[in-house]
Amino acid sequence: MNNIPGRFRTILDSAACFPFDDFFAAITPQKVRHIIHKDNLTKSDFLALLSPVAEPFLEEMAQKAHQVTVQQFGKVVFLYTPLYLGNFCNNQCVYCGFNTVNPVPRNKLSVEEIEKEAIAIAESGHRHILILTGEDRVQTSVEYIRQSIEILKKYFSSISIEIYPLSREEYSQLIESGVDNLTIYQETYNRKLYAALHPHGPKKDFYYRLDTPQRALDAAMRTVNIGALLGLDDFRKECFFGGLHARFLQDTYPASEIGYSLPRMQSHAGSFPVPHPVADAHLVQMITALRLFMPRLGISISTREPARLRDKLIPLGVTRMSSGSKTSVGGYAAEHHAGSKQFEISDSRSVKEIEETLFSMGYQPVYKDWERI
Amino acid sequence: MNTHDYLEIGGRKLISRLFTGSGKYSIDSIIPQIVEASGCEVVTVALRRVDFDRAGSNILSHIPGSVQLLPNTSGARNADEAVRIARIARAAGCGNWIKIEVISDNKYLLPDGYETAKTTEILADEGFVVLPYISPDLMVAKSLVDAGASAVMPLGAPIGTNKGLKTKELIKILINEISLPVIVDAGIGAPSHACEAMEMGAAACLLNTAIASSDDPVAMARAFKLAIQAGRAAFCAGTGAQREYAAASSPLTGFLFPNE
Ligand code: SF4
Repeated sequence: MNNIPGRFRTILDSAACFPFDDFFAAITPQKVRHIIHKDNLTKSDFLALLSPVAEPFLEEMAQKAHQVTVQQFGKVVFLYTPLYLGNFCNNQCVYCGFNTVNPVPRNKLSVEEIEKEAIAIAESGHRHILILTGEDRVQTSVEYIRQSIEILKKYFSSISIEIYPLSREEYSQLIESGVDNLTIYQETYNRKLYAALHPHGPKKDFYYRLDTPQRALDAAMRTVNIGALLGLDDFRKECFFGGLHARFLQDTYPASEIGYSLPRMQSHAGSFPVPHPVADAHLVQMITALRLFMPRLGISISTREPARLRDKLIPLGVTRMSSGSKTSVGGYAAEHHAGSKQFEISDSRSVKEIEETLFSMGYQPVYKDWERI
Repeated sequence: MNTHDYLEIGGRKLISRLFTGSGKYSIDSIIPQIVEASGCEVVTVALRRVDFDRAGSNILSHIPGSVQLLPNTSGARNADEAVRIARIARAAGCGNWIKIEVISDNKYLLPDGYETAKTTEILADEGFVVLPYISPDLMVAKSLVDAGASAVMPLGAPIGTNKGLKTKELIKILINEISLPVIVDAGIGAPSHACEAMEMGAAACLLNTAIASSDDPVAMARAFKLAIQAGRAAFCAGTGAQREYAAASSPLTGFLFPNE
């Protein structure tokens, strides 16, 4: 790239004092209808679809979102599976079960254990794996992650990382080793709230985290998946800023694929009352608004959602989901670890069961969508 | 069907002028039925989707052996990646045909003409039968002729939009000016669009979304077969559109040249 791309923080900071209430008050049902049937949505169209006025139009939004998704992606759902490498963490995210002050047993997989897990997971048909760690640069160092990748790439054609933020050079190293996808959630786009929720540890730095997708994309990461943790703040604002972030990344790095996740908060190992619980209808509103705003956006839905709901969400615009998820460290082969979980999974169906459900819904489960070249 | 009217690419004579995609069906086992209903002889498949570790049950196992496999380089962002994907496809036994897709724009999925031309040159040199996917740009198409392409595949509209022949005038120019077969790829949403492309003189059409996203893909495949046959027959018969600039049956200016 010849010129240094701008940073999303400029856009976010200038949007921070946007008068949401005034904007929503000016939206009319006619306006929403018109937007649903438009081809190219502006940022304010997107926000209008997230407004309370759009709520009675969820069915229309869903119909259009379904049509756009099938045309863009076909009748397929991409499947991946997460693997927790370690739960050591120096951060104190107040909503997380692995937070450093929570007295949970800590462990990490050894190289041999990783290989065992890999074999067990690959046997179920998965070719796309997502590895996760907490933030501990000593226990789960970049070198440890690199070694894990060296093993995993024997079994998987696509490797995603959901680990602590790295420097651009570190991303380059991991891409060189075989990583093609980064998942990193901003958690919340509300800077004040972010400060309150992340009191200690390296994650405190809001802007460093905000710039993370760009550091990976500057290193030519193939796919980047972002999102906000739903339940922390008003979902309309979070989804709007998240959508703006996704759009900015897609416009700035057109060669990469941008994805969006909608993790909704449930219970965890400590006790954190969810400040802004998100209703199912609002989850639907976000998925469909995102799809209409960005027809090519990858959208994932996690196993935190119950099976029944997940199945209903797929036709609305979801393109990716995890299956066979275990959220404890080494949950596939290494049963003896019996580690604590980061969050409770609601959809505990096996890979086979999810596959059968998808087929019965008229969707093909796709396990492999990349060939390491 | 007129068996004397065939399309020759890479030394293979194709009676059917319908190519199909394979990546958007709700179940891969429908592919043989699609092939049969459409009569297609060429099926494109994204190498990135082929799980070679599951030889008996991957997508290739559903593609009838009689069909010409056309692996594509979906996912390639530049010439280097496209070349590597093509080589992997050939080494894995997918044959030497390759559809080049180099896309550095994930927003509209528009092909990168410059990188596509570079890829074509390298792969044609290595003995591949190269079918590049392009925007209908005459200069890009000309450079592909020089680079050794076996056909050019211009888009009718952006991938997955089903909008029809939005680039009709530009595709016409390619048909008039380019010596290679012009295969319309992407954007065709209805059999009438495919028929129109064939009437204009396109050599073939590649269909994916329009068939896969229909409620009855097999019936839709059959409809496309008929539309393409009709359009081709009309082209061969010489439609009005085809004769747009040719002599009218009763010339208006014949009196000026009494001796001709
Ligand atoms: S959310 Fe991640 S960084 Fe924060 S405490 Fe939990 S594991 Fe650590």
